[in-house]
Amino acid sequence: MIKAHGGRLISRIATEAEQERWRAELPALKHVTLNRRELSDIEMIATGAMSPLEGFMDQRDYEHVCEHGRLANGIPWTIPITLAASSELIAAEGIQSGHNVALQSDDGTVYAVLEVSDIYKVDKEREALTVLKTTDTAHPGVAYLQKTGDTYLGGRITMLQRPVHAEFEDFRLDPRETRFLFKEKGWDTIAAFQTRNPIHRAHEYLQKCALELVDAMLIHPIMGETKFDDIPADVRLECYNALLKGYYPAGRVAMSILPAAMRYAGPREAVFHAIVRKNYGCTHFIVGRDHAGVGGYYGTYDAHRIFEEFEALEIGITPLFFDHAFFCHSCQNMASQKTCPHDSDQHVFLSGTRIREMLSRGESLPPEFTRPEISEILQRHYSNESASVAS
Amino acid sequence: MSDRVSIKIPRPLYVRLQQVIGDSGFSSPTDFIVFVLRDLVGSLEPEKVGELSDDELVAIRKKLENLGYL
Repeated sequence: MIKAHGGRLISRIATEAEQERWRAELPALKHVTLNRRELSDIEMIATGAMSPLEGFMDQRDYEHVCEHGRLANGIPWTIPITLAASSELIAAEGIQSGHNVALQSDDGTVYAVLEVSDIYKVDKEREALTVLKTTDTAHPGVAYLQKTGDTYLGGRITMLQRPVHAEFEDFRLDPRETRFLFKEKGWDTIAAFQTRNPIHRAHEYLQKCALELVDAMLIHPIMGETKFDDIPADVRLECYNALLKGYYPAGRVAMSILPAAMRYAGPREAVFHAIVRKNYGCTHFIVGRDHAGVGGYYGTYDAHRIFEEFEALEIGITPLFFDHAFFCHSCQNMASQKTCPHDSDQHVFLSGTRIREMLSRGESLPPEFTRPEISEILQRHYSNESASVAS
Repeated sequence: MSDRVSIKIPRPLYVRLQQVIGDSGFSSPTDFIVFVLRDLVGSLEPEKVGELSDDELVAIRKKLENLGYL
């Protein structure tokens, strides 16, 4: 079994003794309220999905990650994992380094405790430029930075209570659960597929190419915070289930939900997504075109090239790079630029805008583009959406 | 008592490591050595699935069976 990043799968979920100790201290602790991303981050940290992180980054790790894509000890890590608060709140609450702080949701439920080891002011513009490669406020990652506090709190966390997810609880598998599954099934090589969209024929093609190489596939959709215009999680899950039922070998594919929030950080997020999947026990990770990108902020294959900045041993999980895939009428099969000699007028390609237009008009998507079952589910979603807008 | 100990290695190897880590992002040969050793020791350790108790194992197995994966 592949080792977790940094060598050890972290668990920051409180033991019974820790629960007792922290619950006794809670009434005296100051509180910080987490936003949705931070809530999903504490769950990812606590379950080991973000190993070797044991909490929110201190200034040394944060600056090293922003500048070099590595933790201060040199281990590759490309996305800052931080807890923001306003300096006014910190001053008003009297929070200092060395204090313990209760981390709560906006309804007042305490989910974790933070042992504050560092408090530092943030240069948001610098973070945006180094991590997101832009300061354009239209980028959702930059917009997020703009609305969060000007100061970061670093330190180890202990999770006292898991967030209760209203949906898809069964499909939420922690790293130790996926690792157990892989061991039980005798799968030595597992490719992970990250997605935040319905799976169309092009994605299916990449997955099946990967399945030719490895023992099994983990379809691992992100169900944390995404963009407002992404397809809703329940619709996507229905699409995934329909596809798995009809077109995949049942004994070689599993699906589980990743509770991470999207950062839309393109290439840097591709490395982050790979490392996280390594923590779930996967040995390979599919990286397609414009992975975790948004708008036109990143080059089509920047998310491939960034892996050249690291030694294979350092990352540990093997990236599987794929070109843009499509159905080719001349080839009469799925192909990519690497394998198809024909002109683009033979290729079936639909932009996101065109897909939305067709579905909103109640039209089916061509079977060369998506499976009929997926088209039907999406048509239903868009017609419901149109109906609710009209009313 | 410090939670760190010193280990001696030949100076030429240390100098070579300084050259190897170059711009890699490792801030010192010590960090690089710790990374490599941790990785090596990790690969030699017996496989444990996150130190699960018997009750946890039963619960995980049931969850995976319900999903049709086991």
